[in-house]
Amino acid sequence: MFDELRDLYQEVIFDHNRNPRNFRVIEDADRQVDGFNPLCGDRLTLYLKMDGDVIKDASFQGSGCAISTASVSLMTEIIKGMTAQQAEELFKKFHEMTTGKDDNLQLEALGKLAVLAGVREYPARVKCATLAWHTLDAALQNQHTPVSTE
Amino acid sequence: MTTFPIEKIRADFPILAEKIRGKDLVYLDNAASCQKPNAVIDAISDLYRHDYANIHRGVHTLSVRATDKFEGARTKVKDFINAASEKEIIFVRGATEAVNLVAQSYGRANIRAGDEILITAMEHHSNIVPWQLLCEQTGAVLKVAPINLKGELIYDEFEALLSDKTRLVAVAHMSNALGTINPVGRIIAAAHARNIPVLLDGAQAIPHMKVDVRALDCDFYVFSGHKLYGPSGIGVLYGKQALLEAMPPYQGGGDMIRKVTFEKSEYNKLPYKFEAGTPSIADVVGLGAAIDYLNAIGMDSIATYEAELLDYATEQARKIKGLRIIGEAEHKGAILSFVLDNIHPHDIGTMLDSLGIAIRAGHHCAMPVMDFYGVPATARASFAMYNTRAEIDVLMQGIESLIKVFG
Repeated sequence: MFDELRDLYQEVIFDHNRNPRNFRVIEDADRQVDGFNPLCGDRLTLYLKMDGDVIKDASFQGSGCAISTASVSLMTEIIKGMTAQQAEELFKKFHEMTTGKDDNLQLEALGKLAVLAGVREYPARVKCATLAWHTLDAALQNQHTPVSTE
Repeated sequence: MTTFPIEKIRADFPILAEKIRGKDLVYLDNAASCQKPNAVIDAISDLYRHDYANIHRGVHTLSVRATDKFEGARTKVKDFINAASEKEIIFVRGATEAVNLVAQSYGRANIRAGDEILITAMEHHSNIVPWQLLCEQTGAVLKVAPINLKGELIYDEFEALLSDKTRLVAVAHMSNALGTINPVGRIIAAAHARNIPVLLDGAQAIPHMKVDVRALDCDFYVFSGHKLYGPSGIGVLYGKQALLEAMPPYQGGGDMIRKVTFEKSEYNKLPYKFEAGTPSIADVVGLGAAIDYLNAIGMDSIATYEAELLDYATEQARKIKGLRIIGEAEHKGAILSFVLDNIHPHDIGTMLDSLGIAIRAGHHCAMPVMDFYGVPATARASFAMYNTRAEIDVLMQGIESLIKVFG
């Protein structure tokens, strides 16, 4: 019945929505930033534990739609062990993928995150996918003010 | 379902024949904005094709024709809400601008530091924020009457909040997020017993029921054209003449003046005093055509038909496991707000859209209502006179299917 939505709602997304990874608080987090999408009411708090410049641990709390929950869940998995700079570079690629500006983008470079490429066709849902990454960006730049996608 | 001419009505709305993602459109976002009948579309295009010029200006024929149509629409609005005079009908951009006009003109002139403005917990942001701005400017205090879990105003608490300091009551006639129809008769009587004027936000109520401002005895009534099957960008402020006469102008410019010198300007009479600048002429004419169209069907027939639709939708929705209706007031208009266990409203919205069904997912510009129910957002199906039971069946099947997909 929802065949044409298969690109948007891939099974991986349902899986992360049902069982979000790293859905917990890091008590001794070095970075903690809130992200908020006022349009849909998606809300998350991102926690990072740093070891120098390396993201040693990442977790989140909050509530949102399947796209935003899967996006932040996947993000916390993939950024663990990355340097801040590597994570920022991935954010740039992710942003390009979801806003569809680069037709030649190599989805392979995004690994598992490629399951979120489908939002390109749904402009109303792009912010759901990017909220987690904007919040990460703020955390890496050591900002403390809440991030809003509006 | 009775003898309501549903097939004829549907045929009058060309957009209802659109295919969305290959499916028949099921348009259930009417509380956000209604679709337009041919009568409205044609009235606008006829004006531009045959009768358009600026109004209240020229002696030439087209200006006279445009002015006649424009002022004719004002009379239609006056009759539609049973106002006493055309002087009480002010054209603005929409309900939001009308509330802002009252806040800035009536409010700035009459409300002082320590005074209170009383609203309810179910208001749309446009009946909250203009008062907050006024409070910041004057030092007045905004008071909020609470609602119960069914989404009804707790009337006794409302009445208890009416005090010697209350200078204005501003209440939704019908809630956009919950569908609740407020007991406006009691509200107005209680406020008037203390000489407090009442503004009713009629944006949601006006397409669903007969509104008689003199029977209600409200002091201000505001609504938007686009929710009444008319154009967007046009709305109405009704105000009792004596109140409007005493109020200072809201904006300055052409049409609202009688005489201008650099020393002083003399303001025009009502309603023009509040209509600075060239208005949205064609949209006013379009609104007049929408009112003619509705009168031909009859607001009472529309109300009866929609009440049956809402009853049917509510009954069907209650059968769906994991669906919770948000807003179950005894007295309610054709809005079905709901949430599903573990499925975010935005996912519901996207999934239903792929089936051709347009609903609203979000906070409905009523964030305090969402906070009250502890939800980030709701999904909202809002009905109009052109919707059918068959469309409600499509909606319910869609909801059942997406629940299965999310598992």
